[in-house]
Amino acid sequence: MVNIKINGMECAVAEGTTVLEAARAKGIRIPTLCWLKGTNEIGACRICVVESKGTGKLLASCVYPVSKADEGREFLTHSPNVLESRKTTLELLLSDHDKKCLSCDRSGKCDFQDLCRSLGVDDDERFEGARNQYEIDDSALHMYRDNNKCINCRRCVAECGVTQGVGVIGANDRGFRTNIGCAFDMDLAESACVSCGQCINVCPTGALSEKDNTKEVWAALGDPEKVVVVQTAPAVRASIGEAFGFPMGTPVQGKLAAALRQLGFKAVFDTNFGADLTVMEEATELLQRVQNKGVLPMITSCSPGWVRYCEAYYPELIPNLSSCKSPQQMTGATIKTYWAKKMNVEPSKIVSVSVMPCVAKKFEISRLDQKGQGEYPDMDISITTRELAKMLDKAGIRFAELEECVFDSPIGSGTGAAVIFGATGGVMEAALRTAVWKLTGESKDSPVEFKEVRGTKGIKYAEYDVGGTKVKVAVASGLANAKKICDEIKKGESDLHFVEVMACPGGCVNGGGQIFVPSDTRNFTDIKAERAKALYTLDEGNKVSRKSHESPEIKQLYDEFLGEPGSHKAHEILHTSYRKSRGIK
Amino acid sequence: MALKTSAVPFKGTAAQEKKLLETISALKGEDGSLMRILQEAQGLYGYLPIEVQRIISEELDIPLEKIYGVVTFYSQFSLNPKGKYKIAVCMGTACYVKGAGDILDKIKSKLGLNTGGVTSDGLFSIEDCRCIGACGLAPVMMINDDVYGKLEGTDKEIDDILAKYSL
Repeated sequence: MVNIKINGMECAVAEGTTVLEAARAKGIRIPTLCWLKGTNEIGACRICVVESKGTGKLLASCVYPVSKADEGREFLTHSPNVLESRKTTLELLLSDHDKKCLSCDRSGKCDFQDLCRSLGVDDDERFEGARNQYEIDDSALHMYRDNNKCINCRRCVAECGVTQGVGVIGANDRGFRTNIGCAFDMDLAESACVSCGQCINVCPTGALSEKDNTKEVWAALGDPEKVVVVQTAPAVRASIGEAFGFPMGTPVQGKLAAALRQLGFKAVFDTNFGADLTVMEEATELLQRVQNKGVLPMITSCSPGWVRYCEAYYPELIPNLSSCKSPQQMTGATIKTYWAKKMNVEPSKIVSVSVMPCVAKKFEISRLDQKGQGEYPDMDISITTRELAKMLDKAGIRFAELEECVFDSPIGSGTGAAVIFGATGGVMEAALRTAVWKLTGESKDSPVEFKEVRGTKGIKYAEYDVGGTKVKVAVASGLANAKKICDEIKKGESDLHFVEVMACPGGCVNGGGQIFVPSDTRNFTDIKAERAKALYTLDEGNKVSRKSHESPEIKQLYDEFLGEPGSHKAHEILHTSYRKSRGIK
Repeated sequence: MALKTSAVPFKGTAAQEKKLLETISALKGEDGSLMRILQEAQGLYGYLPIEVQRIISEELDIPLEKIYGVVTFYSQFSLNPKGKYKIAVCMGTACYVKGAGDILDKIKSKLGLNTGGVTSDGLFSIEDCRCIGACGLAPVMMINDDVYGKLEGTDKEIDDILAKYSL
């Protein structure tokens, strides 16, 4: 232990503890900007400076580990020098920042704006001079980059390169001309960006944002010729409450269904239905692959960011990808076929909207292989959790006060297995519930919980003895983790049967389209675990069932329309194919 | 924005690529090997086009963007080959105050180039340089070893000078 002082308070800390963490333990929140715990620890922005008493030196507290040499040293976290330095740093950053806060999508949820306010910036034009002017890169379907608002903190770069192991963005050029972009200044759409959107989540300004598709939704809702329906993914109910004052991890599915109805959607569906359907198809596919000595391990294909990563970085593993469409697409395909017929609605009049925790879903709906029957796409518009929060705000819907209601049936009830799709390990557990049931004689008492695959660890392995057969599974979330498993499979070193991969760390609950979390909360809370709790609570309390194959709506769908899981019709509507991507790595 | 690659088609040979791969495998895994590989590669090809950077990226399993970031950070690396005739406009203090900046801009716009660029036929490349020791002749520029001093910067003067050079 080393004895230091923080603002006069005695403080014994373990060697290696940063001054920032030591202060935190004493109840002092040192402001940060570029720092992302464990990901971007570069001490570059100088917002977190503290003063070493006596020397007057200002140190970046996020990367200053206390050592024996600091015995007896005192650090000041809000001396006049410190406060003046932080303010000046912000004013210098502002001198090359597009300050259109009033029309900025990030306004009110912007770390940079919050810092300027809390650290007392009183003149946003204190430093005048040259300004960089950049073209906005809106080439990609899922997001845009406006470097006029970028402050070069490199959080997006670290998230893309370190957490995701993708690294299609980085710092180019030097000095005043330093800018974040792709190699050879190519458009994001030309690169092998997987569209996970994690960069957007960590951006402290309005430089990165999803493409706004709410205008199209508003237009459709106002068109009397259209039948506008909506579905919402499991993870949305674990996050959207945060935008309306609920603590992180509060499940709000009843209010969510009510809010969507108030917006004017003709039918409010639950993507959980599609998740149950995915389990039925995917478990069948897995058993067929095992029995027919097909390509193993089979890897899940629910996460469009992961699918894109596989197509660009591991095309040799495309045969391992499950041919199942994602729950969004399965729900969409069912709406325009089964539901349309049942309700006697012309499919071409349907505008099918999805609310997703994900920006890659915007890309997924555009894939040519994602068409159901006929010439119309499975899905028409995909918006993020954040975009829905904006729509509710605009419509003046007081989310917290809404009376809870249920989703529309059919396509409205999901089992506990479906709701956990939103957390890493959830798809695996849901599939195991049904696969084990099938393999062990379809007993009502087949196991429900497979806790080994739960939790926010990046890679999890488990082995189950199922009726005498050993089933080996792995779960990865975050693409840098997925890469490790992909390398094992590629080298032929893997004896796994089934692998779940989610592009986003922690799975969809931490998706690139979820409600923004201020960086201070992000650094000191496990968002992934908090939001996942909401889903496991909903699983345990599910009144329908906790197993997909017991869902009455799913049984009805197969009875009335699809026949058996894995049938010819199911393949036509619910399965797809993949191809090698040409994106530049 | 679009892929910003060199206007001159890449003319790398199999022999150059073999040498590059040998260099990479000799240095791979050492700390700081990327800088040395880039230096060797620039020595081999004269510049670092996307074709060369992609080879390095694949061999080292480093994203192309990271390599591009390093290449654009250090002025010693070039994304363009040098032209047959290398125009260097002096930006030393004396030349600068005598209007060298305007002359550089004029030549750049006549050739349609940015600093460091090369014409698509490979005839001219252009860069600015620091004092070449001919301040008495300011403003000065050089085209390979030819020195042009006391420039007035008129269109006719520049056109006449450029017309002296051909493939």
